[in-house]
Amino acid sequence: MLEHLKNTDCGTPASLSEELVTLHIDGREVTVPKGTSLMRAAVDGGIKVPKLCATDSLEPFGSCRLCLVQVEGRKGFPASCTTPAEAGMKVRTQSPQLQELRKGVMELYISDHPLDCLTCSSNGDCELQDMAGVVGLREVRYGMDGANHFKGEARAEVDTSNPYFSYDPSKCIVCNRCVRACEETQGTFALTISGRGFESRITAGQGDGFMASDCVSCGACVQACPTATLQEKTVVELGQSEHSEITTCAYCGVGCGFKAEMKGEQVVRMVPWKDGKANEGHACVKGRFAWGYATHKDRITQPMIRAKITDPWREVSWEEAIGHAASEFRRIQARHGRDSVGGITSSRCTNEETYLVQKLIRAAFGNNNVDTCARVCHSPTGYGLGQTYGTSAGTQTFKSVEHSDVIMVIGANPTAAHPVFGSRMKKRLRGDARRAGAGLIVIDPREIELVNSPHVKADYHLQLRPGTNVAMITALAHVIVTEGWLADAYIDERCDAKSFAQWKEFVARPENSPEATADITGVAPELVRGAARLYALGSADHPQGRQVNSAIYYGLGVTEHAQGSTMVMGIANLAMATGNVGREGVGVNPLRGQNNVQGSCDMGSFPHELPGYRHISDSITRAEFEGAWGVKLSPEPGLRIPNMFEAALEGSFMGLYCEGEDIVQSDPNTQHVTAALSAMECVVVQDIFLNETAKYAHVFLPGSSFMEKDGTFTNAERRISRVTQLMQPLAGYADWEVTQLLSNALGYPMNYGHPREIMAEIAALTPTFAGVSYEKIERLGSVQWPCNEGTEEAGTSIMHKDRFVRGKGRFIITQYVATDEKVTQRFPLLLTTGRILSQYNVGAQTRRTANSQWHGEDRLEIHPHDAQDRGIRDGEWVGIESRSGQTVLRATVTERIQPGVVYTTFHFPESGANVITTDSSDWATNCPEYKVTAVQVLPVTQPSSWQQGYRRFNDQQLGHLAAAQMEMGGQ
Amino acid sequence: MDVNNLIHMANRIAEFFEAMPEHDEALDGVAQHIQKFWEPRMRLRILAALNEPSEAAQLRPLVRDALHKHAALLEPVQA
Repeated sequence: MLEHLKNTDCGTPASLSEELVTLHIDGREVTVPKGTSLMRAAVDGGIKVPKLCATDSLEPFGSCRLCLVQVEGRKGFPASCTTPAEAGMKVRTQSPQLQELRKGVMELYISDHPLDCLTCSSNGDCELQDMAGVVGLREVRYGMDGANHFKGEARAEVDTSNPYFSYDPSKCIVCNRCVRACEETQGTFALTISGRGFESRITAGQGDGFMASDCVSCGACVQACPTATLQEKTVVELGQSEHSEITTCAYCGVGCGFKAEMKGEQVVRMVPWKDGKANEGHACVKGRFAWGYATHKDRITQPMIRAKITDPWREVSWEEAIGHAASEFRRIQARHGRDSVGGITSSRCTNEETYLVQKLIRAAFGNNNVDTCARVCHSPTGYGLGQTYGTSAGTQTFKSVEHSDVIMVIGANPTAAHPVFGSRMKKRLRGDARRAGAGLIVIDPREIELVNSPHVKADYHLQLRPGTNVAMITALAHVIVTEGWLADAYIDERCDAKSFAQWKEFVARPENSPEATADITGVAPELVRGAARLYALGSADHPQGRQVNSAIYYGLGVTEHAQGSTMVMGIANLAMATGNVGREGVGVNPLRGQNNVQGSCDMGSFPHELPGYRHISDSITRAEFEGAWGVKLSPEPGLRIPNMFEAALEGSFMGLYCEGEDIVQSDPNTQHVTAALSAMECVVVQDIFLNETAKYAHVFLPGSSFMEKDGTFTNAERRISRVTQLMQPLAGYADWEVTQLLSNALGYPMNYGHPREIMAEIAALTPTFAGVSYEKIERLGSVQWPCNEGTEEAGTSIMHKDRFVRGKGRFIITQYVATDEKVTQRFPLLLTTGRILSQYNVGAQTRRTANSQWHGEDRLEIHPHDAQDRGIRDGEWVGIESRSGQTVLRATVTERIQPGVVYTTFHFPESGANVITTDSSDWATNCPEYKVTAVQVLPVTQPSSWQQGYRRFNDQQLGHLAAAQMEMGGQ
Repeated sequence: MDVNNLIHMANRIAEFFEAMPEHDEALDGVAQHIQKFWEPRMRLRILAALNEPSEAAQLRPLVRDALHKHAALLEPVQA
């Protein structure tokens, strides 16, 4: 029953050489790429050489002496993991001498290992046990009484400080796999071997346990451990799983593939899927460990309704809740007009769910008032890349970073917000024995981890003032144009000549030089010039004659600005100007915040466009949907989220269907949002928890977590992967079924039997998805859109390969315009916001896991100078005030942040980070300017009046929930 | 729809297109952007601002000119 736990481990990583060599292993002819180890070549030939310290996710180490082989014509017994295959070799993996040697090695290992296999947590999944069996160990001649690590006082305490895994030194065989996984796979370097010889033990940090160390709890060490030394606590508690399913993580936009190891409907552990192309067997503390929220006691599993938000909730049947919601929407439309209701889809929902919600709004509500939370994160990416390149998506796969010579990271913090890709990036930045590390340019107001971390150091950190991105990107372009680093041939062939000439003239103007813009950005001109040269030309040791591959990765530090869309265009310009689009190792790569940001945009969640980014005013596209859906569609764009709030306050938008999104906590200017919601007559929230928005709702429809339903997510690589149902929905229905019930109650029939039928409809109506089906995704593991007759079967890995999607790439002039959020005497500091590794977005999921042990509150980071000026000391309460509102947090005094700038996260509702942020937004898309707010910070002694009000309101609302649950419990 | 907010949004759009070297392109750019992304309620309200001197005075010249030139384009379509 444990077969599903066994993966073929080839022992050492694959060689990428194109040159092949042929050799014989145990008489079998094997042909492998040059550089392949004998161990891996043997696996290719169907032979598994015994091993302990080798695993194919790590470079060979050659310490365990179990994988010895014999090579004809050579003396001794080389380790097969560290010996490369050579043409004509004749190798034996088994002989009487090898048998004896291996048995002897194993005997030594076991003489210092407890013989408690039957009660050991690794029983059934232990490589040491397997190897003891394979080598035929029958006795330990030394006995078990010599010096050891597992008996009496010699036995060290088990380190249980990490909430998710334990470290039991008594079972350690010092194979070094955990140390190497921490270095090679994760890139954190938190583990070392302390002591020598027999004294050697694994040590986290300075030796005071895993939680006190730099460990980021990614779990790579636990996965690499061949014994029970590092073990998931859930396995200790539950034992081995009996079956497993492949699914996709529901946290960030990396979209890691996971093998969910199960017992019945219970998850035992989540193991990153080795064949998942987004993550290739790696994971982070959220995806691997923080899934306990799915069965948290706060889950709401009964539909509820109430007339007013000051009333207690009343638990009702699904039928009553759906009927009530539908009749309210129809009542509001009859009274206030067809356009007085709308809905919000979520980037946390599956493609199929978001598609159905926008379909319900367009077809059943009869308007286009549908938006998605991508509005507040990556809408400028859609607009900016659409304008310049013709499509709204990143250009590469994550793996492509392996081919980059120079990496530019702008307004993103991959090691915290996209950790698995961050590890991949760090690996390329460190380089290896074969290739020096890539050059690194970081453009960020904060000193993010990549700027200076173990074995990774930025060549240039352009630590600009928040809100000055566009001045910076234009200055970089100025250097490339005026110093003559343009990719002329590429531009001639692939870009629009007229827009290029206009852009070139614009950026070359003296006022756009690094010297002239230094006063705006605050960055020394020579650093800007150096960074531009590095991006265009590569490092000094770049091999002559080979094109430099420079890649740009960016995040919400680009988009969430008043000039977010302009900045995206500026990035697109820079990549075109240097010929860095259309092949491996280059490109423009938006790092998406949530799991399905890409998908929710693709699925037509925006009010102005139908699935596949086709404008609603296009009568041909509209006619196709009208034909398939059997309704007439409005040709006018609907309201975007901030416009919905404005219309609500004006009295013309009175009903909202909000699925899987917490606008009260995540949208800017909280008090404006809550005022708008309070003005509405019917707010329907569909979520797994009573989130902040639900506290303003009249109907609550219980949602289902990603473990409870089938569907697909699309990650930042445009990769569509399966989400697999692991357990029954706790509330009885998957989210797509709830939307379907609501639509039917509204009188617009939907009759899907399974999400695969929804995907079939999407494929039939969307040219870029024409080749997508569940059957294909399951067969190939994942596909990348565009996926149709004109692409490879698995879709398109690199976009714009021979030409841009729009035809000729279009350069766009990017004039810097200062934001309205300027520092003044009253608000002399700039607040910028971000996220942290252990928490996710509004925290609704991660706050309900042990991840809060790493980050239990949002803090305000402030530079020592600014702190001293104000008499603020580390750990003390400070009030933060902007023109929108005031809140109070504790201060962290740190030099990570520059003087004049303060920083916080928004993971806890009571922090009120978005009470401070304002309605300033991107000119093109209304994406809020979360990254720049002018504030004052002063020491205080009590919570802000908003926080005091929030506490009262929150207590009241939790009381309304408890009342409903008590009433049902009492019946 | 708070007209001050709409005026502010329209002015921000204009600030982007003002950098275009060809004036006609800038006029078309502003109008098309508003047509493609603004819901009819918002478009009607910004068009109405043209006839309200105190509101019109707050619009950047490029917005005013674009709204005048493309008023017909910006009128909501009857479905």
